[in-house]
Amino acid sequence: MTEAIQVDALVKTFGRTRALDGLDLAVRTGEVHGFLGPNGAGKSTTIRILLGLLHADSGTARLLGGDPWRDAAQLHRRLAYVPGDVTLWPNLSGGEVIDLLGRLRGGLDTRRRAELLERFDLDPSKKGRTYSKGNRQKVALVAALASDVDLLLLDEPTSGLDPLMEEVFRQVIREEQQRDGRTVLLSSHILAEVEALCDRVTIIRDGRAVETGTLAGMRHLTRTSIQVDLAGPATGLDTLPGVHDLRTHNGTVRFDVDNAALDAVLRQLTTVGIRSLTSQPPTLEELFLRHYDRAPANGKQQAEVAR
Amino acid sequence: MNSLTGTRALARLALRLDRVRLTVWVLGLAVMPMGTAANYFKLYPSEDDLRAVSGVLSNPSLVALSGPLFDLSIGGLTVWKIGMTEFILVALMSLLTVVRHTRTEEETGRLELLGATVIGRRAPLTAALLVTALANLAIAVLATLGLLATGLPAAGSVAFGLATGLVGMLFAVVAAVAAQLTQGARAATGIASAVLGGSYLLRAVGDTGPTWLSWLSPIGWASHLRPYGGERWWVAALFVVLTAVFGTAGYGLAGRRDVGAGLLPERPGPVVAAPGLRSPLALAWRLHRGLLLGWTVALALTGAVMGGAAAGIGDLKSPNQQLSDILSRMGGPNGFTDAFLGAIFGLTGMVAAAYTVQATLRLRQEESSGRVEALLATRVGRLRWAASHLSFALLGTALLLAVSGVAGGLAYGAQVHDVGAQVGRILGAALVQLPATWVLAGLGMALIGLAPRLSSLAWAALILSVLLVELGALFGLSQWILDITPFAHVPKLPGSAFSVTPVLWLTAIAVALGAAGLAGLRRRDMPVA
Repeated sequence: MTEAIQVDALVKTFGRTRALDGLDLAVRTGEVHGFLGPNGAGKSTTIRILLGLLHADSGTARLLGGDPWRDAAQLHRRLAYVPGDVTLWPNLSGGEVIDLLGRLRGGLDTRRRAELLERFDLDPSKKGRTYSKGNRQKVALVAALASDVDLLLLDEPTSGLDPLMEEVFRQVIREEQQRDGRTVLLSSHILAEVEALCDRVTIIRDGRAVETGTLAGMRHLTRTSIQVDLAGPATGLDTLPGVHDLRTHNGTVRFDVDNAALDAVLRQLTTVGIRSLTSQPPTLEELFLRHYDRAPANGKQQAEVAR
Repeated sequence: MNSLTGTRALARLALRLDRVRLTVWVLGLAVMPMGTAANYFKLYPSEDDLRAVSGVLSNPSLVALSGPLFDLSIGGLTVWKIGMTEFILVALMSLLTVVRHTRTEEETGRLELLGATVIGRRAPLTAALLVTALANLAIAVLATLGLLATGLPAAGSVAFGLATGLVGMLFAVVAAVAAQLTQGARAATGIASAVLGGSYLLRAVGDTGPTWLSWLSPIGWASHLRPYGGERWWVAALFVVLTAVFGTAGYGLAGRRDVGAGLLPERPGPVVAAPGLRSPLALAWRLHRGLLLGWTVALALTGAVMGGAAAGIGDLKSPNQQLSDILSRMGGPNGFTDAFLGAIFGLTGMVAAAYTVQATLRLRQEESSGRVEALLATRVGRLRWAASHLSFALLGTALLLAVSGVAGGLAYGAQVHDVGAQVGRILGAALVQLPATWVLAGLGMALIGLAPRLSSLAWAALILSVLLVELGALFGLSQWILDITPFAHVPKLPGSAFSVTPVLWLTAIAVALGAAGLAGLRRRDMPVA
């Protein structure tokens, strides 16, 4: 499979702040790639480098086979971008902005435009200054999604949308997934969104990729939460390797277990006798906490990055 | 909680945000009259020296520009020379400050952040007016003290300080009303500035023709207060009454409307963009057209008024031999009219340059607001984007100057029954200013490309130019300092011979600055906050 985006050892500093500190990122053609990290981790900086807006200090970035800085104008024909903080021209209507951006990108599908306006429930006749944050975001989303492009760069596209609209957004992205060869880079700090949509995920922290791969692959890294009612006392569990945070309350036993130790733990439970059992797969939340709860790497303060 | 809760905190915040800006305004406006008076004392040590200039000053064209000279004394001369500048600047300071702390805060949403805390409905407007009143009080007091310090009579000095402060407060409440009418801060500033421009024009026409017109203009009132010329204190009551009327209106409106809303309704826009809206240039047209239209109307009016006034100069009776000598040295019987027209269009050039700077810095505005990001993520390259706005800065200024030249030529030509020849001559006088305005566009572009955070220094360059040209000679600055401003090098048309060398030099400098800026823009990170 070819790579739509290939970033190696990217470094970008703003004054004394090191926004990107040797970032690696590979996004395969045709996949929806989650780009996950807390505020200030360097997500927007990365996307701006990919757009040729910022010049990297060192490292390489390739986008759709071209150099994002040098070949910006040609590459931009083939991509659409939704900024994290959408600002519109106060005296242009939403419809005008959608059409303008679409035309400047090289054309837009009017049927698709109408359909998206309908689905996102957006009034295109309002002036830019009167839209709320969520509606400004919808304007940018409709403009991006109504263009026929190979790559969508979405920088926290749902941060102003209500849950209903978030669901519409997910549906639309899932449809994009079905279309051949369309790649999406979706930056987010909303874990559920990435979990629901993305084929693969890169977790970024302090300007560096700390984890990358499929969600299934990452779950091996973490623990499953078990809640179980047992027929007898929960003996022997605490001595098993891989069991953590064992608590017993009114006969209900709760604990977390390393996925590698799951087999042995279940065998021990069945010997006691199970009345009921619920197991929860690790959420991305937990993955996230595992990576970001630790003390910052190299004793460095969390990077305050210009968005 | 009443509607004024939180005023004190907001006023403190405004003072904190404006501490540099307002200090510069206050000191500048306080020092300018004092400096002028001090220099006149040096320049005209005796009564006779004063009498020698009096004839020149009472001619209609200069009266149109600066108002009538009410008293032939150092005080009278100072007020005549600096008064209009002082009144217009204090009005600008006041209206900009009020809009900045009311409508701008509201438009950016910052007020919402504050409004959620314990803040009354009318507190933001009250705080803005309080801060502006404080600045005006400081200017009035300091200007009065400065004039007194030069040895001028007390009554006149107080009257001048009073007039300055009253003009400032009147335009503060004008802005307070304007800020309630529109949703956009730019539109509010536009409305208040249009009232100011209209007041100035009414006074200019009234002082040269039907006097009652100047009594309709607050700027006219300020000169009718007659500092050093037999003060008419009752005129101050006119200010107080009108300020109270506008203030009440502003407060009434502020209490009645929703946060974020204006009273002029926001009309819905088109659902689909017009077919032509498909290039950066088409977008730039949408963003610049309102501004350009307003400026075009203003400069056409000013050009016509000044052209008409210039015709009166031919009737000027030279009061003494010395003056006739000066006139003949200036270039024969038409010399004085030509010199006046040259001065007027020199001033018009600098006024039009305000549009040039405004249009050039629009690039920076587009960047810092973040709007440029979505645009540059399309096929639009940085140079094409910059070119779209620069073409309005460069060609828009050409349009403004041409319009003022044609209007001036028609008005003047109609009076001297020679429209055919005069339009061409006066159009030339207007257009010759163009390269100097382009230098400011080039400077703005250079700042945007190479030092984007400092790009508002382009305004400082324009203000410095105006001060050097208007007051530099009076303050006895040496020639090389006066030569810093591009406007010092513009050929004085009509009248003196046209010389192409300075025009080419100015254009070359503008191009070089612009090219450096564009090269910087291509290379640097975007957007820089």
